[in-house]
Amino acid sequence: MASFLNIRRIVDFAVLPLMNVAVALLISGLVVLFVGQNPLEAVGYLISGSLGSGEGIGFTLYFATSFLFTGLAVAVASHAGLFTIGAEGQAYLGGLGIALVCLSLDRFVPWYVTLVPAAAAGMLFGAAWAFIPAYLQAKRGSHLVITTIMFNFIASSIMIYVLVNLIKEPGSMAPQTRLFDKGGLVPKLGEILPVNIGTAPLNVSLFLAIAAAVFVWVLIWKTKLGFEIRSTGANPAAARNAGISYVKITIVCMLISGALAGLAGVNILMGDLGKLQLDFPAGIGLVGVAVALMGRGHPVGIAIASVLFGVLYQGGAEISFWMPNITRELIMLIQGLVILFAGALSLMFRKSVYSLVDLFRVSKPEV
Amino acid sequence: MRKYLMATVALMAMAASATAADFNPAIVYGTSGKFDKSFNEMAYTGAEKFKADTGSEYRDFEAQADSQAEQGIRNFASRGFSPVIVTNFGYKDQLAKVAKEFPDIDFVMLDDVVDLPNVRSVTFKEEQGSYVVGLIAALSSKSKAVGFIGGMDIPIIRKFGCGYAQGAAAGGATNIIRNMTGTTNSAFNDPVKGGEIAASQMGQGADVIFAAAGGTGIGVLQKVADTGKFAIGVDSNQNYMHPGVMLTSMVKRVDVAVYNALKDAKEGRFTGGVQSLGLAENGVDWALDENNRSLISPEVEAAAAKAKQEISAGTLEVHDYMSDDKCPL
Repeated sequence: MASFLNIRRIVDFAVLPLMNVAVALLISGLVVLFVGQNPLEAVGYLISGSLGSGEGIGFTLYFATSFLFTGLAVAVASHAGLFTIGAEGQAYLGGLGIALVCLSLDRFVPWYVTLVPAAAAGMLFGAAWAFIPAYLQAKRGSHLVITTIMFNFIASSIMIYVLVNLIKEPGSMAPQTRLFDKGGLVPKLGEILPVNIGTAPLNVSLFLAIAAAVFVWVLIWKTKLGFEIRSTGANPAAARNAGISYVKITIVCMLISGALAGLAGVNILMGDLGKLQLDFPAGIGLVGVAVALMGRGHPVGIAIASVLFGVLYQGGAEISFWMPNITRELIMLIQGLVILFAGALSLMFRKSVYSLVDLFRVSKPEV
Repeated sequence: MRKYLMATVALMAMAASATAADFNPAIVYGTSGKFDKSFNEMAYTGAEKFKADTGSEYRDFEAQADSQAEQGIRNFASRGFSPVIVTNFGYKDQLAKVAKEFPDIDFVMLDDVVDLPNVRSVTFKEEQGSYVVGLIAALSSKSKAVGFIGGMDIPIIRKFGCGYAQGAAAGGATNIIRNMTGTTNSAFNDPVKGGEIAASQMGQGADVIFAAAGGTGIGVLQKVADTGKFAIGVDSNQNYMHPGVMLTSMVKRVDVAVYNALKDAKEGRFTGGVQSLGLAENGVDWALDENNRSLISPEVEAAAAKAKQEISAGTLEVHDYMSDDKCPL
């Protein structure tokens, strides 16, 4: 019986996601064919561009790092049955906290001194931004999906105001801060490890993201709080009967979620851009939703899904670079198809694959 | 003196062409994409026109995330593409970084300044053109209330708005209503919201509205046309869109800047340095053609011509928002 369950688990966590991605790529291939391009050539650029060189891998993992933060943010909330769309705005606001610390410390202390308060500020700002929708959901029953979407827009408004009126570099046309000094930049991985990633911005935030993944795994599956979170997610009424406070779980979960999203700015601002720039998250919060869905809320699954999306981002850029007729919109379509099949239609093949597996199991004793 | 200067310029041009890379142009657009009905699309229009006129192909890249912009610029530069044109002022640091790594490649920065010998920076004196259309708006307004609808509340749009307000005040406007459309990329591509804001401004008494909001402006102009008031277009000459309604357009020739950069590079005459294009250089202007001829009275035309002449000569100074990040109005 145990091995039977394990086979089904393998199907759930490995076979089905692979099938979904394959189907998505197959349909994308048809679309590419439809616009008169060679789909095999496109897949070639997708793979070689993202995984074929040290630099490509560096970019892929750099994007994956951001997605891992936002994916974990969405997953923590989802374990309590909360569907948050707010990682985008929380990452944006978190970036403000990180930038403020960097701008005040970067000229005086080395990066590892800046990193701790910067990350803390990012988490604080992100969590604070998640707190309001969480409170409204817990106490007032305002639907979290709606409020978090609205808070993304409010975050954009606040950030434009702050960037243009308060912290813009004087005389600069672009709404952005001055460049961080050395003390506000975390080292690229190529600078501290014997790896060649060329000019890719992959940086030490990767380890921070991995640590966050471990933290989420411990939190959800190894602590009392995690048990309460999962109980609330499975059946809020039963959890309340068991003495678990819905208000507390909702708010705590969203605070953790916002803090994780807020950390994404460490990767983007301190690791790459070296400044706070208008609209720097550019969709990572929404990719986070897809990544969390695809990874089934498990840190390992989310990590794999993040790398997959890193491949799609980096490989997608390579495709549109080398095949000018494949526009950015088409790349987004391919990404959308992956989300559709791996997220929304993720269980489409489950039944048939299960029966296929069962067939083998039934026939096995006869051999 | 003049001869000497010209000889120097000619020498410099020769020196530049001797070291210039082969003509193989590329454009890197911002995350809002080349069809954003705004800055990026103007650059696209110029490049397409050059392609149609000369048959010269070019490559382009639209960043999906800002982190890809530097990669895109470097990808082109490292493969010998030149000139590499960057349309988004948000990427000036990225451009500066790559331009230092590839001193033999020519770059073009639009709307902002990168101070390197192999970079041509093209900026526009939007405040000058906006001043003139503001003046025209106020002189043509019966209610002496004029409207301004911007895309996003960012410095470049404030620069438009500030120039417009100064011109309108000079023309006797007593009420200048200024609104922005949104806070995300879609702010420049939201015609429905543009129309709503236009309706609101007209409700407050405005009878001339200037839209500096990319694709959002299409909705503004349509709403104004439906109501029978006057509208002012932006970037390209939009007078043809609603003849009899379009008072004028504040043209800002990003497309011409791109076209000229490509032309200069193709002919080996590409030069770095800063080009700041105002009324005097025809980088910005107000549009007068058969579509709005009947709307511009001789007095208004004379006043606009006088303002243009005085600004070009430097006797009339229009405050530039970018000089101190402030607007006196």
